[in-house]
Amino acid sequence: MHWRAAAREADYGVHKIADNIVDWKALREDFPILREQAHGHPLIYFDNAATSQKPRAVIQALQHFYEHENANVHRGLHTLSSRATEAYEKARKRVAEYIGATSADEIVFTRGTTESINLVAQAWGGKFIREGDVILLTEMEHHSNLVPWQLLAERTGARLRFVPVLDDGTLDLEKLPALLTPEVKLFGFTHISNSLGTINPVGELCEKAHSVGALTLVDAAQSVGHLPLDVHELGCDFLAFSGHKMCGPTGIGALYVRKEILHSIPPWHGGGEMIVSVALEKSSFKKAPHKFEAGTPNIAGAIGLAAAIDYLDQIGRAAIFEHDSQLARYAFERLNELPQTRVFGPANERGALVGFVMDAAHPHDLTTFADQYGLALRGGHHCNQPLMRRFGVSGTTRASFYFYNTTDEIDRMIEILQKAARFFS
Amino acid sequence: MIPEIDELYQEVILDHSRRPRNFGELPDAGVRVHGDNPACGDEIHLAVKFDAGGGLEEIKFTGRGCAISQASASLMTMKLKGKSRPEAMDMLRAFRDLVTNDAGEAPKTLGDLRVMKGVRNFPQRVKCAMLPWRAVEQAFEQRAGEATVSTEPE
Repeated sequence: MHWRAAAREADYGVHKIADNIVDWKALREDFPILREQAHGHPLIYFDNAATSQKPRAVIQALQHFYEHENANVHRGLHTLSSRATEAYEKARKRVAEYIGATSADEIVFTRGTTESINLVAQAWGGKFIREGDVILLTEMEHHSNLVPWQLLAERTGARLRFVPVLDDGTLDLEKLPALLTPEVKLFGFTHISNSLGTINPVGELCEKAHSVGALTLVDAAQSVGHLPLDVHELGCDFLAFSGHKMCGPTGIGALYVRKEILHSIPPWHGGGEMIVSVALEKSSFKKAPHKFEAGTPNIAGAIGLAAAIDYLDQIGRAAIFEHDSQLARYAFERLNELPQTRVFGPANERGALVGFVMDAAHPHDLTTFADQYGLALRGGHHCNQPLMRRFGVSGTTRASFYFYNTTDEIDRMIEILQKAARFFS
Repeated sequence: MIPEIDELYQEVILDHSRRPRNFGELPDAGVRVHGDNPACGDEIHLAVKFDAGGGLEEIKFTGRGCAISQASASLMTMKLKGKSRPEAMDMLRAFRDLVTNDAGEAPKTLGDLRVMKGVRNFPQRVKCAMLPWRAVEQAFEQRAGEATVSTEPE
């Protein structure tokens, strides 16, 4: 049995009432963990921006791989090695299709978004960035799209610039022309802010960057599992994302690199898998993407990611986006009804998350309190320390959603927050 | 209500977090220690004045943080005023045991600090409770000038 067959057993087809109508409640049954309890209460999992839960189809794909196909890839001449290699490369193809890449060669498997961005900063940046060059970022970047560039700037003498964030949580695009000068070699920005929920106009930003000759890197960690996305429509040069925020396993992610620049980038990590021949003094390397994948890769992870992609595509990302946006808007409205509560980010279009602070309680106290009622929230700076400073807070509480969450759960969250407000004030 | 929550956030703790004692500036402080909890962005600025014998004559703090770190700082400053270094370090060890050790009985010498016992059920919150204590430990170490401590080793 092929690994895809294992995934098919879950039969997501049954959860569609009609062609375009998804039975969202029934989808919850695909996620065994949603039956868990926390402190004697049914689990309400609102920490999806940190990591999503995994459907049975993905768990089974992992199990199937280890039970029927496990071997190392690319080198072995035996049956299992062929199966593993075929499944691994098929997964790469599936990822390419999923984001609209031209070819599977444009997909480098990594451990996740962070490693993808570090690869660009170190391998591409190491070769092409010189003293005086500028890397343009935004004030809303996750530390993973900030620290790698700080390290590069320290090493090369390049400078960093930042597009400011307005009070409503959107980018101050009026400042862009002054920032986006010919010294800018790369413009890196997030697609959806992980603490504000802002959806950035990726297409427009890429176009403007290209007009001054800069390349673009999109951090798609919060978007790739939540909305339809096509790298050609976006027009980006690099796109980084993680599998575990889109129903896939942890420890696997990908970097998309546009074909035209793919081969100009030198290898990053050295080791097995990425070489053609090795002598004591010098080696020659495989072509991309293999030259970026030194050592035994996360084979099972890649296969699990492909299973997650199959699962999401069965539901349809347009439907997921619509569903999750409704949840986020509903949560935004309900939170705004609470007294002495400040809700961050844009009111209208937003990703599937809401960040807020309540005068009555610190985010950590709120999160500890909510957990006792089975509600998983996240309190803290969300790897966005500069952004938190920008908004004058040390941290926020964040509720982040996925398609298996419901408005009933949001109502329950509001009740719990009201209890917390009474308790702490 | 939920017993663990009631034990963690006892009325005394909520009271100290809402109205922290010894909160404010200490212009003639001999040593100032800034304590950071990078995990959540909380910070405490501790100002200490030592007496001639090296004892803790005056102690105040500012900063912002969760109820646990604020109450811990407030209760700590009340408890440590007038204490010698060995006394304060004994207190620190007893307090650390109180918030981390399941089995240990809280020594009576801790007095009011014993209300922090509920923290032991919440391992993620131990750092919040310990932050002011790490700062005061550094203040004794330092004796003069300024320093920074963090809940995360660098």
